[in-house]
Amino acid sequence: MAALEWQLGTVTTIQPETPKTKSFYVALPKWAGHRPGQHIDLRLTAPDGYQTQRSYSIASPPELSGQLELTVDLIQDGEVSPYLHDVVMQGDQLELRGPVGGYFVWDVTVGGPLLLVGGGSGVVPLMAMLRHRAAQHSTIPARLLYSCRTPDDVIYRDELNQLAGSVAGLEVLITFTRQAPAGWTGYQRRIDAAMLNEVITPFGTSARTYVCGPTLLVESVANLLVGMGLPADRVHTERFGPTGS
Amino acid sequence: MARLISRGFLGRRRPPEVEKRLPPGQYLVTDFPVLSAGPTPHTPLDRWSFRIDGLVKSPVSWSWPEFQKLPTETVTVDISCVTKWTKLDTKWRGVTVDTLLKGVEVDPAGQYVMAFSDGGYTTNVPLNELINGQGFVAYEFDDKPLPPEHGGPARLVVPHLYFWKSAKWIRGLRFMDRNDPGFWESLGYHIHGDPWKEERYSGD
Repeated sequence: MAALEWQLGTVTTIQPETPKTKSFYVALPKWAGHRPGQHIDLRLTAPDGYQTQRSYSIASPPELSGQLELTVDLIQDGEVSPYLHDVVMQGDQLELRGPVGGYFVWDVTVGGPLLLVGGGSGVVPLMAMLRHRAAQHSTIPARLLYSCRTPDDVIYRDELNQLAGSVAGLEVLITFTRQAPAGWTGYQRRIDAAMLNEVITPFGTSARTYVCGPTLLVESVANLLVGMGLPADRVHTERFGPTGS
Repeated sequence: MARLISRGFLGRRRPPEVEKRLPPGQYLVTDFPVLSAGPTPHTPLDRWSFRIDGLVKSPVSWSWPEFQKLPTETVTVDISCVTKWTKLDTKWRGVTVDTLLKGVEVDPAGQYVMAFSDGGYTTNVPLNELINGQGFVAYEFDDKPLPPEHGGPARLVVPHLYFWKSAKWIRGLRFMDRNDPGFWESLGYHIHGDPWKEERYSGD
């Protein structure tokens, strides 16, 4: 396989998603395409040659050609995300390579029914899948169960509302773990067995599931899904962060 | 390609004694991130075994109690994950591959090993990078039983390679005469995975 070459992209748009999350649209003249769920490696270089790298999930679907959307959570004591949030401006160049990862991927050829479970910024690669599904006018039944702390923390809120209202066969279910909007009648707790059971019931154990979020959420959800009888090879996971946090 | 200087990026430097222990492109963590493909298996210890098979004269297998009786070593090593984090001075207790291979007659053609795990995970390592103290099967981390999400009850530890080579939930080693790719190696990751050469992906 040919090496994944580093390439220069240009930041075309920076869009705040939540108070601590921004999306960066990066134009890439040489991008060869990706599958929904894959990520890129980003490399920053200081004037003295010091470099560091991070991986970020791709939020945009393959159908958005010529550019990628990267949605980045601000980690207060981080090295790279504060730079992206506070320093990078439209027109800046970013060095990246990819796509990377061939496991946590879904496209319409994989089929369904499709159950996506995300926590916090874990929704980012799942969004690439939903955007791809919509762009393909797929009617594969799909559900997104999305755990957020507060209404302010919902990434892609307007677009999710719009997708859920306009795309056939898609349901978006949000659960608020700290504070729900006034008048909220949906879920208001951490994802548990009863909630997963309700969400997966229409699909049964044939669902293809993709779970992305903080380690504790992913461990818990993946264990529950296996306990419900889903074959482990249909429970795709992507974890971030340490145990116990 | 002309090298890009990232406008306004200064970076967070670590003290030189730390910086020199970080392979290229890696950053330091003090917590212990969890990266695994798929759900965490929970195999009861009374159904656990460790097997050496493939190109060997006779396959061998240990039950959990038998495995616990094998002589162990405690090592403190730095580990680097291909997702960019490096953790220094991690302390493990386990059985070296050298110890496991005592009494196993390996076919001279069996120069490659596939580690295999509960849940179907596999990863390939050349035999000459597992012996002479380079690889071991660990069941304690930081003086405590290895937690399931970090690969317990037992995982392979090959600290000089990216940590995906250190197969979680390991159940055995299979000797092969070819360097067949394992799970991640079949999905675009490097066949070898040396962090100091930054062998992250195929073609690196």
